[in-house]
Amino acid sequence: MAKEKITTSNSKPIAMLKVLNPFHIWALGVGIVLVGEFMGWNFTVGKGGAYASLIACWVIGLLYTCVAMIDSEVTSTVAAAGGQYTQAKHIIGPLMAFNVGLYLVMAYTMLCAADALVVGDLMKSGAEVMGYANLDTKPFVVLTVAFLAWLNYRGVFATLTLNLVITFLAFTSLIVLFLAVDPLHQGVVLQHQALLTDLPYGWIGVVAALQFGMWYYLGIEGTCQAAEEVRSAGRSIPLGTMGGMMTLLVAATITWFVATGLMPWQYLGQAVTPMYDAATLLGSSQLQLMLFVATAFAAIASANGCINDASRAWFSLGRDRYMPVFFGAIHPKYRTPYRSVLFLVPIAISFAFTGLLDQVITFSILSGLLGYTFMTFNMIKFRKMWPLGSIHRGYIHPFHPIPAITLLTLCCATYFATFLGYGASLLSIMAFYILASIWFVLRRYKFVKRADQFTMPWPRPKGY
Amino acid sequence: MSKNYTPPKQGMFGQIFDTILVLVLVYASLMVPLLFKAEAKAEAAAANAAAVVKVSWESLGQNEIQQQQWVKLGYDPEKAATLINSRFDYSIDPMMLIITILVVAGYFIFMLKVSDKQYREVIREKFDNK
Repeated sequence: MAKEKITTSNSKPIAMLKVLNPFHIWALGVGIVLVGEFMGWNFTVGKGGAYASLIACWVIGLLYTCVAMIDSEVTSTVAAAGGQYTQAKHIIGPLMAFNVGLYLVMAYTMLCAADALVVGDLMKSGAEVMGYANLDTKPFVVLTVAFLAWLNYRGVFATLTLNLVITFLAFTSLIVLFLAVDPLHQGVVLQHQALLTDLPYGWIGVVAALQFGMWYYLGIEGTCQAAEEVRSAGRSIPLGTMGGMMTLLVAATITWFVATGLMPWQYLGQAVTPMYDAATLLGSSQLQLMLFVATAFAAIASANGCINDASRAWFSLGRDRYMPVFFGAIHPKYRTPYRSVLFLVPIAISFAFTGLLDQVITFSILSGLLGYTFMTFNMIKFRKMWPLGSIHRGYIHPFHPIPAITLLTLCCATYFATFLGYGASLLSIMAFYILASIWFVLRRYKFVKRADQFTMPWPRPKGY
Repeated sequence: MSKNYTPPKQGMFGQIFDTILVLVLVYASLMVPLLFKAEAKAEAAAANAAAVVKVSWESLGQNEIQQQQWVKLGYDPEKAATLINSRFDYSIDPMMLIITILVVAGYFIFMLKVSDKQYREVIREKFDNK
């Protein structure tokens, strides 16, 4: 495929480099998400108990399998930076695209802030073990985001190669932990019979747990952001994304199994670093050190992938004038969206410094959820406007429209889950997107070149 | 055949203003739920203050293994009681639920309708005005 020409703010045509393979896509997707197995997933236990967490893990796993199937088909056909944003632009329209771009930027920037906070908290825990109490976490938050932004500024290949290595090491640590707890012999290390209880809130707790169940997989759809930088989008995106989903399903189940066999659910439901705590409970300093390093690696890999994805989404919004065109520039030497990378650094740090971790996480989750809801309309319209055979698709997902309908049903259930306990946050975040939409229609859209919003070499869509 | 739309150029001041406006909206939406939370926290603190009693692992309903794990995690009954007694309230306010459904559904309906109108304009310019 020929490189797509991209016009920078000074009108010099530069394209991003096509250097990535399916392993990089796997690393991008799993790298962003894997931190969710080390922290965050356990809030499902707090909302509904241990069994509710397992049910949420599988039900939300189904939601994300639908996301991966739909995304693989549309992204392998609309291979451009911005991922779902570019899809929305070509299939639904500018206002939807603007909102999808914002979902991506907010979901990833806030997730990056949460990751940096985890690195800071982990350093504090490590310092306490070594006898240094009250370590200030702020410098670690700044250093983490600044170092990763520098890496992203310098080039995508090195960025995602780093993710490949540290994500693989973090995933391996979960396998080692699983083997270390002697999983085949109950009562030796694992104590499920004594620690697992009935559903503390009944079945409504199971529904409520779906909200944080998204942490098991949140961000896997970020693989689409690299569509413009892979050598073969039709092969790499489906392989990397579906392979990533399989990895995450295994990792999520292992994580639940180990943690619930070691900790009372009331503790687990609010723990900041549950897997590190699990290793601490085993009494092995080597395992403790391994999980300390692995949790840090998982958080760094996630923050790294988030900077990569958020900057590409912000860049795409700028390139199309949905946001100021200043951000739509590519570095002439490194071929990265450098202005967007630099702009998001202080934003991510400021989110981290608000101290509103649960608010930041809820914003990230809800932005992701709004994006998945969009995918259902997007998929139905995509097949209607360009039926199979009318354009070349890199991958065709089976059983259409069952995945789209399943996804919409599960999204509605997850909105209800968020309403249970986080209703005010849900309305507040919706207010943000509604106000931003009104602002876009009344002010921002006048700067957008209409015909430039459709760049794919496709025939006129049916019905238009 | 109609003429393609030519957008105005935006100056640097306008670009900075638009960027800051979006950021202000984000920070505001992060802060607003805190107002509700502060109220709920004050109520919870008052309830906890009224219910201070001597606790034991037995009164907290913890079996022998659970007690062992709490102790390994560095918790005594008093410290663990805060976590064990902390519960979500899942009672549903029907009015709030209806408002939330209307807000989410209304948002998507508005967005799909306006997007469709804008999309038709894009397609017309792209395919009719070559």
